[in-house]
Amino acid sequence: MAKQLITVTINNKLTELYVDPRESLADMLRNDLKLTSVKHGCDVGECGACTVVIDGENFDSCIYLAIWADGKSITTVEGLASLEGELADIQQAFVDDGAIQCGFCTPGFIMSTLPLLNVEEDLSREEIKKQVSGNFCRCTGYTNIINAIEHTREKIKNDRDSDK
Amino acid sequence: MYDFNNIYQPKTIEEALKMKSEHPEALILAGGSDILIQVRDGKLAGCDVINIQPLNELRGICVEDNGSILIRPLTSFSHITKNPIIEKFLPALGFAVDQIGGPQIRNIGTIGGNICNGVTSADSASTLKAYDAVLEIASVDGIRLLPYADFSKGPGKVDLKGNEILTGIRVPKESYENTYGEYMKYSVRRAMDIATLGCSVNVRLTDDKKSIDRVRIAYGVAGPTPMRVPTAEKLGNGKVITEQLITDIAEAALTDVKPRTSWRASKEFRMQLIKELCKRSLRTSIKKAGGTI
Ligand SMILES: Cc1cc2nc3c(=O)[nH]c(=O)nc-3n(C[C@H](O)[C@H](O)[C@H](O)COP(=O)(O)OP(=O)(O)OC[C@H]3O[C@@H](n4cnc5c(N)ncnc54)[C@H](O)[C@@H]3O)c2cc1C
Ligand code: FES
Ligand code: FES
Repeated sequence: MAKQLITVTINNKLTELYVDPRESLADMLRNDLKLTSVKHGCDVGECGACTVVIDGENFDSCIYLAIWADGKSITTVEGLASLEGELADIQQAFVDDGAIQCGFCTPGFIMSTLPLLNVEEDLSREEIKKQVSGNFCRCTGYTNIINAIEHTREKIKNDRDSDK
Repeated sequence: MYDFNNIYQPKTIEEALKMKSEHPEALILAGGSDILIQVRDGKLAGCDVINIQPLNELRGICVEDNGSILIRPLTSFSHITKNPIIEKFLPALGFAVDQIGGPQIRNIGTIGGNICNGVTSADSASTLKAYDAVLEIASVDGIRLLPYADFSKGPGKVDLKGNEILTGIRVPKESYENTYGEYMKYSVRRAMDIATLGCSVNVRLTDDKKSIDRVRIAYGVAGPTPMRVPTAEKLGNGKVITEQLITDIAEAALTDVKPRTSWRASKEFRMQLIKELCKRSLRTSIKKAGGTI
């Protein structure tokens, strides 16, 4: 099938590329752009291993066509660390809290947490669990993942308060 | 790579309708959370699709001059739940679609896809049935309006001709005004699970709040398609609210339904859920409407 030109901002970089209209966004990110934090788990929207953030919302990139990304802004885990290589708060919290074992689910979980990290209102543990309920982890038992999200939100809140 | 034979890419609704009339066998691709799964599965491998996902004209929610709430079919579940019009006038629908899948599915799945797939477990279907939604269906020949009540034709089958596309879902003012509703989904897991049974109830009370002026009750998975239970509704309309009335309405609902045994649950368990979820949603709706039991 004839390839199609799309323009998309990926990790803050404006990118133009030709994609096959049958290609999933997960394939585009992994194969064309080598952003291999995006994992193929189930490939049918069940596990969340392929989660990326598109215009502020989390999506399963395995069931999202690459052509749909035209004109959108996408974040993957590769876009989180600073240019000097310093981990983002949420990444550091996953390390510190022991929220990673085999690590296969980790990029997807981190992407699903992004939309709520900066939400200012208090969120209950249940609300946080709901936000990651489309992400499966076969190793950790989830508790440390939820802890890491809570600790990151606390840190962001403290940073915000000390700025005021 | 998804195994599409052809992918047609309209830039406007008009182009989409023209493509649909030229290729009636091509499937409308909205959020893809049914179609893409089935293409991967092989069931729909090699199909033709018309990609309407980028058509923003088919997205959004507004209140029309006559007070009807118009929901465009490509509106995602999460945008329905967050929408201020829905929060104010149709919170039961916002809650119902918040029970679907997980956050990623709610960000991509569309309400149009949820009712066009004709599946009995579709979480938005019972609430739209219970609020007498009216569908706007377009083709190159023009637009027809169809009560959602007449849309279901059997499991997975809906009243859409080869050249037609769903372009709007309306809830009339008379249907939501002074009306309070509740959706309850019973599923084995709280997230990422299809309903074992879904029940959507809404009530409008009399001015003194002592009687039910109008009650509407609809179910998912209580039969081959999402369905209303007219016998139960008739029994409730105009009656003084008592705990006995609630039990009677729930008992009457059993006469209208046809649940089956599936691997998820037995027919007998579903009958129990049909009764119990009816009572619970009815009590909650009455309380929301300011009534006491
Ligand atoms: C992991 C997972 C979990 C899920 N959980 C749930 C759940 O809990 N509850 C639930 O109800 N559903 C669930 N679903 C099913 C699915 O998300 C919904 O049915 C969704 O509403 C489908 O809409 P779509 O736009 O994504 O689908 P699509 O695949 O694009 O469309 C679905 C069908 O509708 C047709 N269609 C779509 N839009 C139109 C239109 N405007 N005009 C004419 N025809 C149209 C398509 O041709 C297709 O036949 C789940 C799916 C997945 C993958
Ligand atoms: S790989 Fe996309 S949800 Fe599992
Ligand atoms: S750490 Fe192994 S699947 Fe989550």
